Amino acid sequence: MIEVKNLHKSFMGKTVLNNISGVFQQGSVNMIIGASGTGKSVLMKSIVGLYEPDSGEVLYNGRDFYRCDRTVKKSIRQEIGMLFQGSALFDSKTVEQNVKFPLDMLSDYNESEKRDRVNDILKRVGLENANKKMPSELSGGMQKRVGIARAIINNSRYLFCDEPNSGLDPQTSILIDNLIKEITVEFNTTTIVVSHDMNSVMEIGDHIMFLYKGDKVWEGTNTEIMDAEPESLQHFILANKLLRSLKETRN
Amino acid sequence: MISNIGKYCLFIKSLFVNRERFRIYVKLIFEEAVEIGYNSIVIVALISTFIGAVTAIQTAYNMTNPLIPNTVIGFIVREMTFLELAPTITALVFAGKVGSSIAGQIGTMRITEQISALEVMGINSSSYLVLPKIIGTMITYPLLVILSITLGLTGGYLSTTITGALTPNEYIEGLRMEFIPYNVFFALIKSIVFAFIISSVSAYEGFYTTGGALEVGKSSTKAVTNSCLIILIADFFLAELLL
Ligand SMILES: Nc1ncnc2c1ncn2[C@@H]1O[C@H](COP(=O)(O)OP(=O)(O)OP(=O)(O)O)[C@@H](O)[C@H]1O
Ligand SMILES: [Mg+2]
Repeated sequence: MIEVKNLHKSFMGKTVLNNISGVFQQGSVNMIIGASGTGKSVLMKSIVGLYEPDSGEVLYNGRDFYRCDRTVKKSIRQEIGMLFQGSALFDSKTVEQNVKFPLDMLSDYNESEKRDRVNDILKRVGLENANKKMPSELSGGMQKRVGIARAIINNSRYLFCDEPNSGLDPQTSILIDNLIKEITVEFNTTTIVVSHDMNSVMEIGDHIMFLYKGDKVWEGTNTEIMDAEPESLQHFILANKLLRSLKETRN
Repeated sequence: MISNIGKYCLFIKSLFVNRERFRIYVKLIFEEAVEIGYNSIVIVALISTFIGAVTAIQTAYNMTNPLIPNTVIGFIVREMTFLELAPTITALVFAGKVGSSIAGQIGTMRITEQISALEVMGINSSSYLVLPKIIGTMITYPLLVILSITLGLTGGYLSTTITGALTPNEYIEGLRMEFIPYNVFFALIKSIVFAFIISSVSAYEGFYTTGGALEVGKSSTKAVTNSCLIILIADFFLAELLL
């Protein structure tokens, strides 16, 4: 479980996150949604420690990330796996080396244990025969799969995904979304997904937080979202034609 | 300018605090040294041989006074090669080749969030990426300078003997005239300092790249121009200090 309390972040006097609080439960897919430039990525990066917030707290199962000592911080970091918007695979390493990397750096497994684990995880994300390929030889969807494999290989308890289906076709998007959902349940991770795709929200979002210009405007489940009050959220949802007609037929 | 120097110093400090495990670096340093050295051998060899050859011919051309013995030509070529041509001129070329590649590589890793990926895992990204490059360069570059000295002197030998400006004996006698072992030491000190400058300045430029592919290109250019400038300044002070 991750708790965020009164998070505040500004860049050069411009407030990007305004007093954000929320709870992200273990074993469920928590989504942060909102229009472009509302601060979704900044919120995620403030949670994982890539940006230091101006004020507020981030608690990983009760451990305050910004106010704990170095060893605790290091151990929290080792429990975090993140899939980046552009996958961020190491382009000088093969698929296998990319996935093995966290084990090489952070674990005490021996070589054969590592290799077994890499093969298991690659199989789990549906990439059996890509071990020796370079990232540049992979399609966008395959890169995301490798990114997910790298994020979870070291038994991560917290999984972060920044726009996991940006740049993917709708079909592949759904496959990646479902993979994230399955992994969340299987590995019982606390998963946070940043997205602006309503399809993903309806497909896999267990708990949804809607940001609008740096404020948290609404939160709830994906069954509640269609009836949500805030106008900004209604506009966001009804930008999708399918959801618009669904809403009309329901009325 | 001043704030850049400060930021650079903090960057260098960050390479050493919260380092990763020692054995990780050993492997990386070895890989970097091989990569950097191997990729630079041909260009360093070519440049050194030609510069040696041209220096020798031009010196011979300028020494028409019959009172000056021909052996002086070999002597001058040797002194110039040891003191300046091999360590410094090679460094400028090396900065163009290795500096731009270091800045480009690290800059690309920055804009594609590969550096963020390292940081999320709790890895000291600057130390992990940069320290092996700096140490690798500091190991390899002095070796390249030794190669450069050897080939520079050989180039001089070939050009003067083939054109008939000198006999082989005259040239070699000149090379051996009043040899000061300290100059070898001086050349190596210079090469180690220059290697540090090139690798650290280039890594710094790459590491603080923001934006996109265009900025990576700019970082590479800045890496080369800044390295060259700092090398020349350092060259001046080292000569003042050590000679
Ligand atoms: N490092 C930074 N320095 C200054 N401003 C920043 C920085 N990072 C983000 N911002 C600003 O913060 C705001 C929110 O950016 P953010 O990347 O979080 O948007 P987002 O919701 O993720 O949008 P998108 O869906 O397009 O990814 C933007 O106005 C952006 O300009
Ligand atoms: Mg974003």
